[in-house]
Amino acid sequence: MSLVRKYGLSVLAILVSAVVFLIPFAFIIMMAFKDRTQAQLLDFSWPQGFHLWTNIVEVVTTRNWMLLTAFINSSILTVASVTLLVIFAAMVGFVLQRRKTRFNGLIEFFILAGLMIPPAVVPTIWLLQGIGLFGKLHGLILVEVAYGLPFSILLYRAFIATIPRELDEAAIIDGARPFDVFFRVILPLLWPVTVTNIVVQSVAIFNDFTNPLYYLPGNANATVQLTLYNFQSQFNTSYNLLFTNIALITIPPLVVFLFFNRQIVAGMTAGAVKG
Amino acid sequence: MSVMTQTGTAGAGAAAPVPVLKRPSPYPGWFFLPAAIIYGLLFLLPTVASLYFSLTRWTLFNSTFIGLDNFAQFLREPFLIKGLINTVIYAVVTSGLKVVLGLLLAVLLTSQIAARGYLRSVVFFPVLVSTVGVGITFTVLMHPTNGMINEGLAMLGIKGPGWLTNPSLALYSVALVDVWKGVGLATVIYIAGIVAIPKDYYEAARIDGATKLQNFFYVTLPLCRPATVTVIILSFIGGLRTFDLIWAMTRGGPGFASDTVASVIYKQYQAGFYGLSTAGNVVLFALIAVLVVPLTMLLNRREGHE
Repeated sequence: MSLVRKYGLSVLAILVSAVVFLIPFAFIIMMAFKDRTQAQLLDFSWPQGFHLWTNIVEVVTTRNWMLLTAFINSSILTVASVTLLVIFAAMVGFVLQRRKTRFNGLIEFFILAGLMIPPAVVPTIWLLQGIGLFGKLHGLILVEVAYGLPFSILLYRAFIATIPRELDEAAIIDGARPFDVFFRVILPLLWPVTVTNIVVQSVAIFNDFTNPLYYLPGNANATVQLTLYNFQSQFNTSYNLLFTNIALITIPPLVVFLFFNRQIVAGMTAGAVKG
Repeated sequence: MSVMTQTGTAGAGAAAPVPVLKRPSPYPGWFFLPAAIIYGLLFLLPTVASLYFSLTRWTLFNSTFIGLDNFAQFLREPFLIKGLINTVIYAVVTSGLKVVLGLLLAVLLTSQIAARGYLRSVVFFPVLVSTVGVGITFTVLMHPTNGMINEGLAMLGIKGPGWLTNPSLALYSVALVDVWKGVGLATVIYIAGIVAIPKDYYEAARIDGATKLQNFFYVTLPLCRPATVTVIILSFIGGLRTFDLIWAMTRGGPGFASDTVASVIYKQYQAGFYGLSTAGNVVLFALIAVLVVPLTMLLNRREGHE
């Protein structure tokens, strides 16, 4: 009896999870295989014929290879933002955790504010225009860094607390300058949390839609999320192409998920236990 | 080296008087600088500026001070108030469902169930997928006549509603998709919380003859409270700020039925009402402050009493 109940629950869970979570993804993939007329029916049916390759070619070459440009833009945006985020957040996390001054409270307040306060969009555009960075990729990179810093700093600070101070002191006694203490002794030790930071922030920035929409208008420097949004109106009757695009831009997160599942979960659950 | 010494002591000197002959601090204050400049310039400064510009009629080139007119308009125009109410409904519905479903899934996925790894992956993966992609997919799945959801319901003999076309339902449909995408995060947070509960508690409960239900209500639920607090606050703030999913699925429609403050901000920005849009930002900020700060204090205070 208990055997039946145990496996009954498992089977039920697997069935429900398949219906709720797998079918939407199966639907995306099947739509990407269909031709235009069949895709227009919007139904959950097996593709008649193999049209994936023609769909990919069409979606990539449309509007002057806009999707390719977008993939390049998104890659530059993600790599540059995450690199700056990791270095700057680790520096802050290190000094914030090690040195107690009366400014610590203020800095912690700013970190919490950064996590909670919605960014003031139009004033930011006004400011970016003022310094000539509006609609430029490097402007958006700096914005992503600014918005991502609070979370990254929290991750680093918590991890640095577990690294004994004796290591810093030993390095100092050996004559290392502060710069070397951090970049040659501490930063290498932070590798596990650095991986977590890289993975979590890359996924967030690659998937970001709102900030490119506001700060990076125009087709020339669209990111992949914006192409999806632009194609949504253009491909209103070509659902096969729209879903091919969705499938293509889901590949990078899927790869990250397959290789770094543990780090992502670690990063996103940080703070759950201690509250 | 001498440069190091100067900057090192300058940073420390601001905090406390430092003896002249002391070594440079190994934790130099200038480490804060790059982060502080970027954050201060691109986050703090616009936030402070928004307080002023929300009181103006603004074209980005010049601004006219008009006092609280923008906020008055926010509270007068029915569709703007609608956005305000919708935002709160959306945040409450999504965070409530994420807490309940996330906790149940976490309990299930930490029990002796087959295919645990598969189930955890499948529940968590949508968290990493593009929100716009998810939004477009579900817009198609929720199509009133051809959509898969309603066709599935029709097979069971139920006539499915117009999920996104019915004005009184659209907001909740989007909220459901938000829960579909976000429940995996709540689940892994709860799993981390449940796994951290020492086994002794369950051992003691078992000796006392506790049933499974009692185990859940008297051991698991109180002891994974930090996880609950994290899930509620994260998803509540996320719900209040939500924009991309609503924009990808309904653009605030039909009519203004599923507008939230964030989508109103974007619409006013597109229409060129920069002052009003910024006032929307300030309203959203105030809404978060007014709801989340007391919520955090309430949740953390009860924890102290236990």
